[in-house]
Amino acid sequence: MKVHRRARYVDQSRCTACGACAEKCPTKVPNEFNFGLDQRKAIYKDYAQGIPSVYTIDPNNCKVLQGQKCGVCAKVCQAKAVDYEQKDFDVDLNVAAVVVSTGYELFDATRISEYGYGRFPNVIASLEMERLLSAGGPTKGHLSRPSVIHGELRLKELEKLIKKAEKAEDSGQLEALKKEQAWLEDHVHKYHTAKKLGFIQCVGSRDFRFHKYCSSYCCMHSIKEAIIAKEHESETESFIFYMDLRTVGKGFEEYKNRGANVSGVKYVRGRVAEILQDEDLNPVVYYEDTEQRKVTSMTLDMVILANACSASRGIVKIADLLGVELEENNFIKTHPNKPLDTNVPGIFTCGCAQGPLDIPESVAQASSAAARAAEVVMTGGRALAV
Amino acid sequence: MEDQAKSEIRIGVFICDCGSNIAGYLEMKELGDFARTLPNVVFVQEKLYTCSEGGINDIKASIPREKLNRVVVASCTPRTHEPLFQSACEEAGLNPYLFEMANIRDQCSWVHMRERDKATERAKCQIGMAVAKAARLRELSRIKLDLNHSAVVIGGGVSGMSAAMALGNMGYEVNLIEKQQRLGGLLNDLNMLLPAKEPPSKLVDDLVGRLEENPKITLHKGSLVTKTEGYVGNYVVTVQKNGEEKSLKTGVIVVAVGGRVLKPEGLFGYDGDKVITHLEFEARMKQGVPAAKNVAMIQCVGSRCSERTYCSRICCMTAVKNAILLKEADPETRVTIFYRDMQMYGVENEDMFRKSKELGVRFVTYDPERPPVVEDGQVKTYHLRMGRDIVVPADLVVLSTPLIAQEDAGDISTMLKVPINEYGFFLEGHVKLKPLDFATDGVYLCGNARFPATVREAIAQGLGAASRAAGVLSKEALFTSGIVADINAETCCGCMGCLEVCPYGAISYLEDRGVCEVNKVLCKGCGGCAATCPSSSAKLDGFSSVQIYAQIEQALAG
Repeated sequence: MKVHRRARYVDQSRCTACGACAEKCPTKVPNEFNFGLDQRKAIYKDYAQGIPSVYTIDPNNCKVLQGQKCGVCAKVCQAKAVDYEQKDFDVDLNVAAVVVSTGYELFDATRISEYGYGRFPNVIASLEMERLLSAGGPTKGHLSRPSVIHGELRLKELEKLIKKAEKAEDSGQLEALKKEQAWLEDHVHKYHTAKKLGFIQCVGSRDFRFHKYCSSYCCMHSIKEAIIAKEHESETESFIFYMDLRTVGKGFEEYKNRGANVSGVKYVRGRVAEILQDEDLNPVVYYEDTEQRKVTSMTLDMVILANACSASRGIVKIADLLGVELEENNFIKTHPNKPLDTNVPGIFTCGCAQGPLDIPESVAQASSAAARAAEVVMTGGRALAV
Repeated sequence: MEDQAKSEIRIGVFICDCGSNIAGYLEMKELGDFARTLPNVVFVQEKLYTCSEGGINDIKASIPREKLNRVVVASCTPRTHEPLFQSACEEAGLNPYLFEMANIRDQCSWVHMRERDKATERAKCQIGMAVAKAARLRELSRIKLDLNHSAVVIGGGVSGMSAAMALGNMGYEVNLIEKQQRLGGLLNDLNMLLPAKEPPSKLVDDLVGRLEENPKITLHKGSLVTKTEGYVGNYVVTVQKNGEEKSLKTGVIVVAVGGRVLKPEGLFGYDGDKVITHLEFEARMKQGVPAAKNVAMIQCVGSRCSERTYCSRICCMTAVKNAILLKEADPETRVTIFYRDMQMYGVENEDMFRKSKELGVRFVTYDPERPPVVEDGQVKTYHLRMGRDIVVPADLVVLSTPLIAQEDAGDISTMLKVPINEYGFFLEGHVKLKPLDFATDGVYLCGNARFPATVREAIAQGLGAASRAAGVLSKEALFTSGIVADINAETCCGCMGCLEVCPYGAISYLEDRGVCEVNKVLCKGCGGCAATCPSSSAKLDGFSSVQIYAQIEQALAG
């Protein structure tokens, strides 16, 4: 098989990951690893512990690769690793077995317009919450509301704009800018930390409009995020809006109980119908509380959506290339009694490429797929029949 | 390294920020400055992540550049990261036992988050202690072991059979030991598998057929494991069959002993006749669909309660499966499932759940505080969604009881020296990262012995455990840790205090010489013997009295 490798414009064998290049690179772009909650440079590493620990140039944003003047990174690199001339190349591999473990992607919650994701800053996706809670994340683990994070950036911008307007003696614009500044300062001050959190389950899963299936792991990550938020800030109050709380793993039910008993997480059984936003950018959740049998609403500091596990878009192309069959949701099709085998002998699959799985099951399956591949490799293909 | 350089102790200290896990709560600059003042420290570096590839490369580069002959890393826990740093030392030509770690994350920044100054002082003390010990470390060596390239799988259910099959296919000799006279385990008692939509006998027959055909695999049916001895690569498993004992030499052991279904005596009017378990229901279905017009199923019978807190994972699917089969046999049959949360996770299960609703199965949520009452052919319950009591007629009530551990799980746990949890399920090495390994080398787990699993999951886990085991079997030889105990025969008085405390059976008493001796291969370096010995004859390499006293003195001096 032929594997296409894209140029990274950095010589992997020379780069020592010292980071001098990224420090001096003048081009800042939103950091997609942190969902745009902070910025990275045009020469960057996806995240600190990525392997291999080598920098990469983003050709769409690098000035040199866009035909402009710069070259700072090449100048500061003592290892002489930067190479703007690097080209994409193909690697030929001769293998006996293939494991497809291409994972999944997060369901695009903008498709559910009534939840306001993408329109309301304080309605975020579960993975954005993970970044906010992460000690290595954009807020170093502090649970800032995105409206505040963006607000602080805007305040810096406003300072400059106000100076400009003062120089230009544009009193109309000055007034508007100052009004915005006053509002933002008040907002940033009042809502600095998100303390009242709502977690919405089954966002795009168990929904006939999108994915009919259950995404398996979201109940647990919402409980986990609620518990960790409470550890970071003792005044945190969390509400999890769910249909069924699926706590099927080892120790999961106990963890759910701990969430309620130790961290004060409140589990509300009911599907959220709509999310609106009040004038302070607080999300207001409208839902049916099926245990109280009433339709009601709740104002929160921040809403975290448990986005469904969607099949990755690229899988169709890979499946086509390998001749591997997909099921109706575009996960790789497997038989319940042959959980790692695709329809093509010698091609195996594991993890979320074959359907939503939590971490322990994915890790276990990865070993299983390795076993199937090893059977083929070690017997020169004799085990293919089984 | 030259002799002269060896005599001079040169310590490098690498301090890790661990992102903000450490740097967010401690004064890192102060730690670095402090480390530079310590005796024998010639090089100090602070880094965002010492464990990153860059951090590891820095350690490797610093050893020859700074002529370091001791390395201290102040970071996270040795439990996860010591091997990584040790191998960095080794790759740079330094004996890996000339490495010491100070856990300033788990034991300092994490537990003293709100006391920055005091926590910083504490971390300094920890670094000081590590440096004091490092200066007194000695080179240690690992012992090379031969290895038996075969496997024993205990348990012939679907996960055990899958594990044996995979190992056999990889070319290793496998002994599969099953207590019953026939392979298949719980599958033999089931009626039909969904969504595979085939009788379990098809799967069992297929697996058994292929196991029997494989010349590498020996099946021991009606056999019981009575004793295991040895260590990774060199286990001896004693198997009893018809009163006769046989010894099997093996490199690895896979625990696939399965589970059993709880019999709900005293719960929901269980009588084994009109009120039965799903296992009993499946046995009846094999004989033909029971003549019942109204069937009620109750979930979480004996699970998710104070006696048994866990959710048994597979009972919701079992109930939905049986409800579908009833409805498909006769759409007129009224099937009601009383539940708390329907645990139909994933694609296939949720599909089955939806299908059951399409077929007209009714679902009623009950409140565990006010559980359903079964009496006189009726199920009465408080309907949580309607907010009032309802009564549903039921000529047959089927209870979803959890899978529980095998009766002899405790015995096997003791025999193999591997842990079980409070409910008797075997406990993996790490819940997320090592789901199929035990903390003990060379022993693996899969299937219901670990935790309730569907057939799909049990097969995957069986194959996965085989893969983990093959990781050992594919090696030519093994190496033990250098951290092992040693008993000085000159001073040992033969009191056997150490022999009693050793949990690994690594110490024996030599009658002729009247002294105790350590088997360094069995020794896991726990240090129990060294702590017990009244004459200080037993010592643990890497944790000698000199090293530990130096640490204590440093701590008290600070």
